[in-house]
Amino acid sequence: MKLIRMVFRGVRDAFKSVFRNFSLSIASVSCISITLVVVAVALLASFNVNNFTETIKKDVTIIVFVESKATDSDLNTIEKNIKKIGNVDSIKLKTKQQEKKELMEEDDVFKSYLGDMDDDELPLKDSFLVKVSKLEEIKDTVEKIKKIELVDTVNYGESMVQQMLNAFKVIRNGTIIIVVALIIVNIFLIVNTIKLAIFARKREISIMRLVGASNLSIKYPFVIEGMVIGMIGSIVPILITIYGYTYFYTYFDGKLFSSLIKLINPQPFVLYVSLIILGIGMVVGMIGSSRAVRKYLKV
Amino acid sequence: MELISISNVNVRYPNGVNALHDLSVKIKRGDFVFVIGGSGSGKSTFIKMLYREIKPNKGEIILGGLNVAKLRNSKVYKLRRKLGIVFQDYRLLPKLTVYENVAFALECIGAKKTEIRVKTLKAIELVGLKSKTRVYPDQLSGGEQQRVAIARAIVNNPKLLICDEPTGNLDPDMSMEIVKLLDNINKTTGTTIIMATHDREIVNKMKKRVIVLKDGYLIKDYEKGKYYDEAD
Ligand SMILES: Nc1ncnc2c1ncn2[C@@H]1O[C@H](COP(=O)(O)OP(=O)(O)O)[C@@H](O)[C@H]1O
Ligand SMILES: [Mg+2]
Repeated sequence: MKLIRMVFRGVRDAFKSVFRNFSLSIASVSCISITLVVVAVALLASFNVNNFTETIKKDVTIIVFVESKATDSDLNTIEKNIKKIGNVDSIKLKTKQQEKKELMEEDDVFKSYLGDMDDDELPLKDSFLVKVSKLEEIKDTVEKIKKIELVDTVNYGESMVQQMLNAFKVIRNGTIIIVVALIIVNIFLIVNTIKLAIFARKREISIMRLVGASNLSIKYPFVIEGMVIGMIGSIVPILITIYGYTYFYTYFDGKLFSSLIKLINPQPFVLYVSLIILGIGMVVGMIGSSRAVRKYLKV
Repeated sequence: MELISISNVNVRYPNGVNALHDLSVKIKRGDFVFVIGGSGSGKSTFIKMLYREIKPNKGEIILGGLNVAKLRNSKVYKLRRKLGIVFQDYRLLPKLTVYENVAFALECIGAKKTEIRVKTLKAIELVGLKSKTRVYPDQLSGGEQQRVAIARAIVNNPKLLICDEPTGNLDPDMSMEIVKLLDNINKTTGTTIIMATHDREIVNKMKKRVIVLKDGYLIKDYEKGKYYDEAD
């Protein structure tokens, strides 16, 4: 009962105090807000980039054409050699007979043209369909496959994939650096802002101590206050996340540049991101305030 | 029956100043004791030691069963809940009303809402500020502000009320009123009171036990009514 009363009073007092020390609180709140907006954008971008990468990874296939003179045992050796490279998620042999069958099913022109031919006459080649596990290393893998004996040509829509991969890499590394740096700067700023807020209430704290408030109950309201500041600070970033991203998604019709780059559907994606933002705001506020308050609790 | 038992206490500040030397004194429950002495004689040090703002480097202080000299920082609040403390500069919170300032002491220790209400109003009435409950400190005279501070100090029925020059900022008439209020509290509630002061006139009039400090030494300890002004 006493604990519940204390928790309740703590939250109420935290709100009171945020408004009582309005100018100081507004500084902390806007500082958290600005950071969280950037964090939100970074999160939205990097989740999408991860999503693109996953989708592309599923789609990108290396087609390895084998020279016509290769025998069945040669095909076996080639398959083994490709597997040896590592970074191979799956490999599938597509013989020219299968290719012929597929083409004939697809198109009547092919059907009449290819239907009369013997296997030896076919203008087709045996091929391997290779999927990689690490898309970033696809170029390297392709180079290695090219060097294998009896491999004719290797194909994977390189320029497109490579360009996208480079762009993603830049975006992802950039956002990670920005987010980490901002959170560090922000914790530092919060510690200092709440230190100032505590300093402004040094008198109150000293009186609390004088009348017999326990250290925990002195510390607790400030920690809650830090949390409340973090929560208030995350309101604007959350609104921007929800409405901004939904608008962005509708505006671009769910895809960027080409239909290959699909954006993540806003529902329930924006809600998850909002929760992360709220969590970061609260945790940063709490870390900042408990660090700041610790300094003043030595009697 | 002793409320406070101080034996062979020595207080040295970090800068090397020895503010109290081998001090021993016992104070009975329900007593009213003046601690007097010139500026720098160690009165404030004596008071601070009682509410464990500072720790003696030697000796023992037993206060209401608590070993004050050995009390850990995290346990100091247990001592403070048995005490009321009043200072020369009132130490009120300017943004809180009289009522809120007094209630603050009870809120800080997690008292029940109804309990806070009853005790706060009672304390305010006792110090004679019933008509100023909703007023802010800056709208009060110095004497009235000190009354609020006293109400806050006694609101939780402390065993001991310690006052460090509570009349230091007040004119003689108001000073006398404050001391009479303290005397009244002492008589009606039985709260033990220790008051540091350098106001000899007050001490002369009140005829209480008087402890005299000089350069950190306890040089005289007058029984109730035995003190007379020897300054002249
Ligand atoms: N925080 C402190 N640090 C160092 N010396 C102090 C401190 N407080 C008081 N003193 C010294 O201790 C002695 C007693 O001071 P104090 O107890 O304040 O005397 P009083 O209250 O009787 O004027 C003085 O010499 C004073 O200079
Ligand atoms: Mg003093």
